[in-house]
Amino acid sequence: MAAEGGNGKGAAGPSGARTYPDFSAPTVDKVMVEERAAALGKRSIKKETKVAGLLLSIAMMDLTTLEGKDSPGKVTQLCQKAMRPHASPEVPPCAAICVYPKLVPVAKHALAGSSVKVASVATAFPSGLSALDVKLEDVRRAVAWGADEIDMVIDRGALLAGEKTRIFDEIAATKEACGQAHLKVILETGELGTYDLVREASQIAMLAGADFIKTSTGKVTPAATPAVTLVMLEAIRDFFYATGKRIGMKPAGGIRTAKQALHYLVLVKETLGDAWLTPDLFRLGASTLLNDVLMQLEKERTGAYQSGDSFSKD
Amino acid sequence: MARAKDKETAGAPARADERENGFVPPARLSVRKAYKMLVGGQFIRSESGRYMQVADPMSLGGTKENVPWASRKDVRDAVVVARGAWDGWAGRTAYNRGQILYRLAEMLEARQGELARALERGGLEASRAAAETAAAIDRVVSYAGWADKYQSLFSSLNPVAGPHFNFTVPESMGVVGVVAPARPALLGLLGAVLPIITAGNTVIVLASEADPRTALVLGEALATSDLPGGVINVLTGRAAELLPHLAKHMEVAALDLHEVAPELARKAEEAAIGNVKRVRTRSIDEAAWFDADSATSPRWIERFVEMKTIWHPSGV
Repeated sequence: MAAEGGNGKGAAGPSGARTYPDFSAPTVDKVMVEERAAALGKRSIKKETKVAGLLLSIAMMDLTTLEGKDSPGKVTQLCQKAMRPHASPEVPPCAAICVYPKLVPVAKHALAGSSVKVASVATAFPSGLSALDVKLEDVRRAVAWGADEIDMVIDRGALLAGEKTRIFDEIAATKEACGQAHLKVILETGELGTYDLVREASQIAMLAGADFIKTSTGKVTPAATPAVTLVMLEAIRDFFYATGKRIGMKPAGGIRTAKQALHYLVLVKETLGDAWLTPDLFRLGASTLLNDVLMQLEKERTGAYQSGDSFSKD
Repeated sequence: MARAKDKETAGAPARADERENGFVPPARLSVRKAYKMLVGGQFIRSESGRYMQVADPMSLGGTKENVPWASRKDVRDAVVVARGAWDGWAGRTAYNRGQILYRLAEMLEARQGELARALERGGLEASRAAAETAAAIDRVVSYAGWADKYQSLFSSLNPVAGPHFNFTVPESMGVVGVVAPARPALLGLLGAVLPIITAGNTVIVLASEADPRTALVLGEALATSDLPGGVINVLTGRAAELLPHLAKHMEVAALDLHEVAPELARKAEEAAIGNVKRVRTRSIDEAAWFDADSATSPRWIERFVEMKTIWHPSGV
């Protein structure tokens, strides 16, 4: 179970029982964090800066489709869009495509030769309520099929029942199963109830070897909110001060407008600084966001507000 | 309102201490209304915070009242909600749209006095204000009737040289931007908007600049009718400032411009090229709006429909 990263995880103590790092995290002032997150959304961002921010948000986007009706055709189409979101040469490709494991080979094939990564949800997504070996097999299969990144879900039921060490062990085991693939840990903050538990879950995930922590599956409301993202960004900041390791952040779910995307970039900039404003350390999980960003970019270019009918749905 | 208040205070007995410093408290605090625009079924101020002032002849000191002064962003927000409302509105049965319009007439009837008073404050004599309000309500009833009938008038079965049924039916266009005439402020606005929504379109209307307040009072009646939010969006502001943005917007399908200055209308037509908007301009003299025969002609509905022609194989 020993995996790279983390602080002395899985080490056997003198009595033979395993010892764990300290999961404790500072408590979160709910009112303050919500106020600060909201305040950071009120910046007035002017033309050139706005365009730069929108282009950056496209480069950071995990273009996602996680539906039961996902077909090879739809995923191929989405891959085309991720590689070339718009005809304008200045619009960069997206960071990654995020799909279910079975569609990883399709995406891998469609994206061959491009910079766009393939991310796959795994570990019995979206609930995570399967046996550990089934979840690990899910991960290994997705990696074998070509996934560059694995988006795992934690067992929220176990966390709410207080089984923190089980969560830690499962993340560590998943990290090991990932091999070279990057691991994003989905906390599903909408089911955790309190910011304190979000902060603690972030701490557990980072200690267990997560490369990224991610807010949501997109299947639960509320999904990503600015406030919960700020809590996680602060956890990343404090983890960096304590260990020197840079962990990535991915808000996902409910991010639909260019304005929201810019809000998240401001949150990152103000909490973690420019070092995190790169697709290696910050991602936006979204499906409909891309079109709104493209519409705003076209609006800035032409001066006319755009119609959704002029942009491809997938 | 203000007059009534002053009458009451004049009759109220003042207490000794108040008489000393000359302050006589009113019997009631006056409750004045913040006029708001109607966008997506919500009452909103302008996101810009701007206001225009309109005269308030009912007040004693010649004070003015504030009405919102819509901005470019208000126009954009209104287009988004109007587009969102279009599918649902156009998707209703024609019969149901007629029922909803009739319900609007019921709501206006109940607010008849308030609307007439708004027109009076906008500068009309009492008798003309009452006549215009009545005509406006009747206009709603007329279009409620047309809602499920105009289709038959404009549809056709076309003879074609082949084994096909070929027929043409009118369909709604989408979001239509309207600049309402200055006068009549109420009947002109409704008279322009009703044929457009009867056809299943949704509307953003820039109210009369001569009397914007009446349109905002009308908005309160629109919001309490069964009309879904976003079908009629009422903005107050300057057409010269807002029309170019409406004309440029790629989500707006058509423009209906009343009494717009030729230079501004030309600019709007140029901006409308981007998505090949249909632009109709006209100036109707005030009396013609009251002519129910011409102003409730189904031809007015036809101005903002798209004709769809369908070929269907026939015979076996």
